[in-house]
Amino acid sequence: MSKKTTSAWSRRDVLKASAASTAIAGAPLFFTRHAYGAEYLNNPGSNSTVTLGFNVPQSGAYADEGADELRAYKLAVKHLNGEGDGGMMNTMQPSSLKGNGILGKKVEYVTGDTQTKSDAARASAKRMIEKDGVVMVTGGSSSGVAVAVQSLCQDAGVIFMAGLTHANDTTGKDKKANGFRHFFNAFMSGAALGPVLKNAYGTERNAYHLTADYNWGWTQEQSIQASTESIGWSTAQKVLTPVGAGDFSQYITPILNSGADTLILNHYGKDMINSLTQAIQFGLRDRQVDGKDFQIIVPLFSRLMAQGAGDNIKGIFGSTNWHWSLSDAGSQAFVKSFGQEYGFPPSQAAHTCYVQTLLYADAVERAGTFEPCEVVASLEGHKFDGLGNGPTEYRAGDHQCFKDVLVVKGKENPSSQFDLLEIVEVTPRAQVEYPVDHEMFAGGDLGTCNNGV
Amino acid sequence: MNKLSAVSDWILFAGFSIAVLSMPVWLAPFGADYPDLMQRFAIFGLFAIGFNILFGLTGYLSFGHAAFLGIGSYAAVWSFKLLTMNVLPAIMLSVVVAGVFAFAVGYISLRRSGIYFSILTLAFAQMSYNLAYSVLTPITNGETGLQLTLSDARVIDGIAGIEVTRTLPFTNLFGLKMSGMPGFYFCAVVLIIGFFISIRIFRSPFGTMLKGIKSNQTRMAYTGLNTRPYLLWAFIISGMYAGLAGALMAVTDPLAGAERMQWTASGEVVLMTILGGVGTLVGPFLGAAFIKYFENIFSAYNSTNLNQVFDFLPDGIQAVAVDVAGLFVGSGWHLTLGLLFMVTVIFLPGGIMEGVRRLGLLVTGKSKKNKAPAAGSSSTANEHS
Amino acid sequence: MLLDALLLQVLNGLDKGGAYALIALGLTLVFGTLGVVNFAHGALFMLGAFCAVTLEKILTISTKVKDESITFFEAFKEVPILEAKFPVVGGFIVDYSVPFAILFAIPIMLAIGLIMERGLIRHFYKRPHADQILVTFGLAIIIQEIIKHYFGANPIPQSAPDIVSGSANIGAVFGLGDNIVYPYWRLIYLGFSLSVIGGVFAFLQFTTFGMVVRAGMQDREMVGLLGIDIQRRFTIVFGLASVVAGLAGVMYTPILPPDYHMGMDFLVLSFVVVVVGGMGSLGGAVLAGFMLGILQSFASMNEIKSIIPGIDQIIIYLVAVIVLLVRPRGLMGRKGIMED
Repeated sequence: MSKKTTSAWSRRDVLKASAASTAIAGAPLFFTRHAYGAEYLNNPGSNSTVTLGFNVPQSGAYADEGADELRAYKLAVKHLNGEGDGGMMNTMQPSSLKGNGILGKKVEYVTGDTQTKSDAARASAKRMIEKDGVVMVTGGSSSGVAVAVQSLCQDAGVIFMAGLTHANDTTGKDKKANGFRHFFNAFMSGAALGPVLKNAYGTERNAYHLTADYNWGWTQEQSIQASTESIGWSTAQKVLTPVGAGDFSQYITPILNSGADTLILNHYGKDMINSLTQAIQFGLRDRQVDGKDFQIIVPLFSRLMAQGAGDNIKGIFGSTNWHWSLSDAGSQAFVKSFGQEYGFPPSQAAHTCYVQTLLYADAVERAGTFEPCEVVASLEGHKFDGLGNGPTEYRAGDHQCFKDVLVVKGKENPSSQFDLLEIVEVTPRAQVEYPVDHEMFAGGDLGTCNNGV
Repeated sequence: MNKLSAVSDWILFAGFSIAVLSMPVWLAPFGADYPDLMQRFAIFGLFAIGFNILFGLTGYLSFGHAAFLGIGSYAAVWSFKLLTMNVLPAIMLSVVVAGVFAFAVGYISLRRSGIYFSILTLAFAQMSYNLAYSVLTPITNGETGLQLTLSDARVIDGIAGIEVTRTLPFTNLFGLKMSGMPGFYFCAVVLIIGFFISIRIFRSPFGTMLKGIKSNQTRMAYTGLNTRPYLLWAFIISGMYAGLAGALMAVTDPLAGAERMQWTASGEVVLMTILGGVGTLVGPFLGAAFIKYFENIFSAYNSTNLNQVFDFLPDGIQAVAVDVAGLFVGSGWHLTLGLLFMVTVIFLPGGIMEGVRRLGLLVTGKSKKNKAPAAGSSSTANEHS
Repeated sequence: MLLDALLLQVLNGLDKGGAYALIALGLTLVFGTLGVVNFAHGALFMLGAFCAVTLEKILTISTKVKDESITFFEAFKEVPILEAKFPVVGGFIVDYSVPFAILFAIPIMLAIGLIMERGLIRHFYKRPHADQILVTFGLAIIIQEIIKHYFGANPIPQSAPDIVSGSANIGAVFGLGDNIVYPYWRLIYLGFSLSVIGGVFAFLQFTTFGMVVRAGMQDREMVGLLGIDIQRRFTIVFGLASVVAGLAGVMYTPILPPDYHMGMDFLVLSFVVVVVGGMGSLGGAVLAGFMLGILQSFASMNEIKSIIPGIDQIIIYLVAVIVLLVRPRGLMGRKGIMED
């Protein structure tokens, strides 16, 4: 459907409505049904192309991560259109993708800058929906943005395939029928880290949390606390730090006197880089508390962030959704394809974005239509393999992917500037799974899918 | 004089109204004729016009006006959640709440002037932002932003017997859905009303009084006049404009996020006003439209679009052109914005309206000798624009 | 125990305050003498930090060697030439790149400051503050975007020389136990900021040049009438402010890995510091910097946060409001500067 028809119905709507509203003031939701024949919003109809919206941070603290996401999206579009070596399209199981676009339509894309702000991200997504006529929006590098754009897509009636978002809320309290998340979440990080920490550091530890003072930080703190307490650790203190504090010294020095022997940094991005760098400067890792070496844990790791922290991440445990050094066929195919295109390996953000694009395209092929509700139905409960994370399932109840989780550690002797993390353990899916109505995810409602008309 | 300006004011008002309402037509060639961006033009235009009532007339530079916008949004979304999805109660509530808050902030901040005043307003706004982002999450939903949920109370809607569905209800004006084009026309009408009030204020004795304060507060005080109440009223009015703009943001898109209150948002409205022309009637709206246009359109270009744009060039030159242009669009759109600021202020002291005035002079063929001295031009030159 | 904690927070506060004071010092110097609101001052701080990054990049210019560990595609790793050719001397120089960056940054920051003043700021002395804000803000954005274009948006870690990368056990020195440790580099930073502040004050107090500048701050037209070329001196003052901000940036890199946006992050805070200190008062800016730094540190203590949640998020602004209400012109401000 072209731009013209959109405004045509809108204007008609206005005329009708303005006439009507003077006559019958208060008639509730009189005009929610559209006059037009299109059975869903932005139906590409008989067009030879279909447009996807890539909404990533291009300015602000996550700009580099956003740039990597965009690289992955471009690669995915290439592969879908049958160019390049096909990447993970060759390893994906089962796959209905044919390398001739989606449903025979060539894939085109539009991009936008989320600025890592809910408002800007929504404005950008709205532009894609209203002006560029996209059928799917994807991307993002923070949970606040993901939740905001997800609810926008729900209301507008297009599919949202979340990018990097780790808060429990995205598929918990704020889950939406039109939204899907491939990335793992804070609960899974906690569940995966627990046993590894128990093996490495024993059962008698006293943990001190520094937590970014916003939704994601809180859900992660809650998840990690539950997990560490279940292996017998105690929690000394939980301290909230302002986002973007820069200098964390005033939060670090009290740790020295707290009697804690482990520091858990529930920070991401710049906050993580700064707090970790400074904590190590204060000699925390050289300390001994009651005969135990002081340890630092960063539950959510990313290689791009690890680069910013330099040598400071060596030997520090964390979890990650995916890492390029994985040796399964899917990961290798993707790394090869991405590496040949850009000259360096992809980040976990790039991976999840690439996978989400393929999964969407595959779901459309299987459904035989771009109609959001059909796509939702074909993604719900979908089981697949060969996309780098082993056997994976999009759970119908909350639209969260369930798969193995990687526990990683900062490498002591990196062989290159990209070789910063080593995989300590691949925690099986069963260990990180939780019921849909788990207390950390309760309070939300998928609602019904929305076709936008 | 009075009569003359009255006539030209009406012409200006009529021209402004037509231009705003016909945006869907004449913005099409610029690729900006989609509802969301036009809504933004109207909303931020309103915000800047209101800000100009304080800054343009009195010279008091508030660096915390985004707080009122944010509070307006929160109030509106709470009205949607608790009372009804009808937008009128939400708007009224927002304006009142923003006005009360502006009274409190203004009452304290106006005890100081100049940069001390600016920093006081900044401090209040930053405190609001920081608290809304973290401690006040039960009220503001923190970083994620306050949203509608299926389980909201919506008491009035309940009494009116509107059935509860499994999908989120839409904001509406007595049943007319307030997103998309209807939302734009609604914002446009509110903007036009706001513009009209702004003209009336500029021309009223109250406005003249404010201008007097700007040119010499001490002298005004010597006449035995207490200037504070006038300033406070100007502050409250512009705060209410901001609250109204915040309410409209929630009307067209029912979500209220804390970052709306951050200092960068306050700085943005300052930049909009200066870019358009401080103290002019239309300038702030133009400044707002320019900045929002750059933010939404320039950031959306990528190498594919650029290749299409420069398709007419030979291949080698096309590649170079795309590379060079790529620096200024997409992730580089901030650079273009920065250049726009610098170029405007260096070559057009007095903002975009100064450019409009010079163009007008060129067209009418008047000699350039009349040109007002650069620094003062903004306030004098545009008295009639 | 509590005493230890308090002592550490005082150190934290002094350290933070040192950074605030250094940035605010240049800002207020430019305010006071040139009468210009410089929103690009934060960008100067950031440029200083990137002088350190640049020097490190130059010292570690590398040859590309095929990376055998990556088998999926042609990958290269970088081997720094200097370190490869002269392992001992090269390694030493790279290790000390941050201190060396000070020498590197002084001429660069001075040049940037002079060019900025000559090319742009000078033409805005008499313009309304609104115009100054718009033009310097535009400049700051442009500088940021250029840095982002070349260095990316991610923070780039810079390490202090190995010998001072650990922390000092201050407690043990004074027989107070093991819980009072403080990083060497932060102590160095504190000493550095105090000496730069001292240096600037001495310069203004004891040189003829400084006397003229101080006179210019009091009454610019008067000094001009005396036949002194105040213009040239103002240019130098701007250069000086630029160098001070830049040095603050260089020295801060081991504490805060620099990224293109760090200047903006400090900008608002440094304005608050300047205004709380009082317009036109160098001493006020320094005092306010240290005061706000220490109060911020205290407010972040768990004991205080448990009584007033979130106080650490707003303490600076809260203090600013109180100070400005109690003292109309900040701590030490003079009458009539930027009050209209």
